[in-house]
Amino acid sequence: MTLTMDILLVTAAAFTVASLGGLYRVVRGPTMPDRVIAVNVVGSNVVIVIALLAAAIGEPGALDIALVYALLNFLLSISISKFTVERGGVL
Amino acid sequence: MTPREIAILLLALGGVFFAVVAVVGLIRLPDLYTRAHSTSKSETLGALLTLGAVALAFDGTMTTVKTVLLLLFMFITNPTAAHAIVRAAAEQGIEPWTTDEEGDEA
Repeated sequence: MTLTMDILLVTAAAFTVASLGGLYRVVRGPTMPDRVIAVNVVGSNVVIVIALLAAAIGEPGALDIALVYALLNFLLSISISKFTVERGGVL
Repeated sequence: MTPREIAILLLALGGVFFAVVAVVGLIRLPDLYTRAHSTSKSETLGALLTLGAVALAFDGTMTTVKTVLLLLFMFITNPTAAHAIVRAAAEQGIEPWTTDEEGDEA
């Protein structure tokens, strides 16, 4: 049980370090869609880290937080792309 | 090590590998479209493998089902979001990166 917990915590740390590389592209992306894609990648990493921590500390209720975060991440991407194309024609 | 722990370790290692590949592509590739290609495919595969490891780590049946549902949701929505962003960028008029415009890379 403790070996599984160690594996999950190390994986969560690796995903957190990978998100820092995504933050580099958020800061100096040349265009706006670059930043949106980088924010999407960081959001996906956050969902995975929340799921890993939920499994590591044995708290299944945190999976609901990960599910809501994934839904908001998808909604952010879709609404930004629709808003930049149609200038608020949908929202 | 039980076989379940070995499976969790292999899935987590594969997930971390593909997430690192996605982030390296996001930093190093020259264009918006190539970056979107790298992140949408590699990040989705890394998320699938890592959430598979999480689903194996949960023993209870209901939480495993919930993790598999989260996996399916990310499998559908992650490429869809990348497609929508890239399509919006293409309709905004962002040009793809090419090498034969100035002839600098022959």
